[in-house]
Amino acid sequence: MRGESRITACLEKLRRAGKKGLITFITAGDPDLAGTVVIAKHLAAAGADIIELGIPYSDPLADGPVIQQASARAIAAGTTIDKIFGAVGEIRQHCSVPIVLMGYYNPVYKYGVGKFAGNAAATGVNGLIIPDLPHEESGPLRREAAKAGLDLIPLVAPTTTEHRLVKIASDARGFIYCVSVTGVTGVREEIKTDLAAFTSRVRRFANLPLAVGFGIAGPEQAARAAVYCDAVVVGSALVKIIAGSRDAGAAGPAAGALVRSMKNMLDTA
Amino acid sequence: MNYAGDAFPDNRGYYGGYGGRFVPETLMPALEELEQAYRNIKNDPEFIGELEYYLKHYVGRPSPLYFAEGLTKHCGGARIYLKREDLNHTGAHKINNTIGQILLARRMGKKRVIAETGAGQHGVAAATAAALFSLSCAVYMGEEDIRRQSPNVFRMRLLGAEVIPVSDGSKTLKDAMNEAIRDWVTSVRDTYYLIGSVAGPHPYPEMVRDFQSVIGVEVKAQTVREAGRLPDFIVACVGGGSNAMGIFYPFLNETGVRLIGVEAAGRGLDTGEHAATLSRGSAGVLHGSLSYILQDENGQVQNAHSISAGLDYPSVGPEHAYLKDAGRVVYTTATDKEALAAFHLLCRTDGIIPALESAHALAEAVKMAPSLPAESMIVVNLSGRGDKDIPAIAGSAGVNI
Repeated sequence: MRGESRITACLEKLRRAGKKGLITFITAGDPDLAGTVVIAKHLAAAGADIIELGIPYSDPLADGPVIQQASARAIAAGTTIDKIFGAVGEIRQHCSVPIVLMGYYNPVYKYGVGKFAGNAAATGVNGLIIPDLPHEESGPLRREAAKAGLDLIPLVAPTTTEHRLVKIASDARGFIYCVSVTGVTGVREEIKTDLAAFTSRVRRFANLPLAVGFGIAGPEQAARAAVYCDAVVVGSALVKIIAGSRDAGAAGPAAGALVRSMKNMLDTA
Repeated sequence: MNYAGDAFPDNRGYYGGYGGRFVPETLMPALEELEQAYRNIKNDPEFIGELEYYLKHYVGRPSPLYFAEGLTKHCGGARIYLKREDLNHTGAHKINNTIGQILLARRMGKKRVIAETGAGQHGVAAATAAALFSLSCAVYMGEEDIRRQSPNVFRMRLLGAEVIPVSDGSKTLKDAMNEAIRDWVTSVRDTYYLIGSVAGPHPYPEMVRDFQSVIGVEVKAQTVREAGRLPDFIVACVGGGSNAMGIFYPFLNETGVRLIGVEAAGRGLDTGEHAATLSRGSAGVLHGSLSYILQDENGQVQNAHSISAGLDYPSVGPEHAYLKDAGRVVYTTATDKEALAAFHLLCRTDGIIPALESAHALAEAVKMAPSLPAESMIVVNLSGRGDKDIPAIAGSAGVNI
């Protein structure tokens, strides 16, 4: 069942319109899952093109302190994969924005990769990103995801060699997530990677849309990165707003405001 | 059945169903480069000569195989021998691996090394090897371990290493390894990650096993010389499992030799406060490899507990997971209390202060020996000495030193 990917279609449509996509990441279950539903609705209403929900994990080794702490709060709040599927179902009742789950491999492996892909698709998830599942280990989940009609979206890094890009791009679905920095997630003052060279190298091997993420702090940085790709990902900056808010009722509009300003900047840049 | 030789790992870094490479893409090219570099030196006579030189003249190898007369008399059964890794420079087996990996890092042109440590034995061994070859060294260590292994923290600093405290999670080895991996994701272009156990992504489990297998190779020659035959039992403690893999590996195809790994049962297997990953864990992915891990039903990794910081780890090397399933090694456990009793016992019977980690292996030997005939022979891997544990043991006895 390798039908048309909704995620790819969404980004292609933006590209044809001469626009750049904005992908927003929040940790599911921070501060709790009811809050996640509220915040996700605000993100969608503010113009987020794709919503990524992080599955919290005890040992998030590709994440900086902001998402580490969000993950710990979400686990303490009792967040589990099945409860996240429930929240996705609720979000789906209100909006049709593509939803991607991003999480480390162990909780998925423990849940069972076939069952995970099937239940995710059934609840309205469109894609998966697993930061600690490199191409070599991704076969089992890739097959199950394809069967369920989910995109397994790969990450490529500034260190990725050409022979790896060939393999990764040939099995990629949805979009290709270009990690902008050699490092963990988190806001940075500047992105030192030569994004022009990096993304053009990736494009030589890939036809799918490219998204750039890790380290995007705000509208200006998003606009600068967007020159070289089809979409940018904002994560830690949103998670920080949620952490600093009184509750989800306050976090939703505040996160929405950042998304709106980023979206405006992307549209006018 | 062939358990050793070129059989494992396969070309994807798997031991049966365990192992592999579960790391962010950023690190994959570095692991490919490391694997290639290791293949190039593994059988290079010049590298082997260099390694043997430092193992002999700097580490002090071969380490003795000592007949523990006092402990044997006390138990009244099998003859108990101790493989004296505690007599190595820096006081534990860890230096066998750090010298090997530092020589490799140097050939790869790396100027900075990072390491994780639990008890501090690997941290000290890494700092020592880095000092020897003038490389800069940063060691990640959980705050809880910094507290209970303070002598080793000071030793690392004396050796010029930067000790970076880790305050996440259980503040022990697992969290230190997370933080070391985060450092490596950021610094991978110029930094060598010196993993201290047979854990982590391929090729680390293979490489660390190979560097530690000098222990088993020596035991083979020493028992033949001493007794004209191979031992009946080899007993070693298992946290990540490097000293056990090192002593077991050369014996895997000697099926007459029974191999016993001893995990930390902490306050008891049924209290939930233990580090018995193989005995009570299930298949899962942590720190780059698929192995047994301690986890809850949602796949969240659980905190381990052991009185010994070096065994306080909720995963285990993937080759141990394979050897357990294959039935080639029997894995058992010793509690904090049993390990402490064995610690005190060896102090008195033979005048040797063992590391608390090694005391777990001793505890198993003490359980086994009385019911075995006098001609049978147990080799215990005395993987380290207990000097580092003295402040913690004194503290638990209410003595301030």
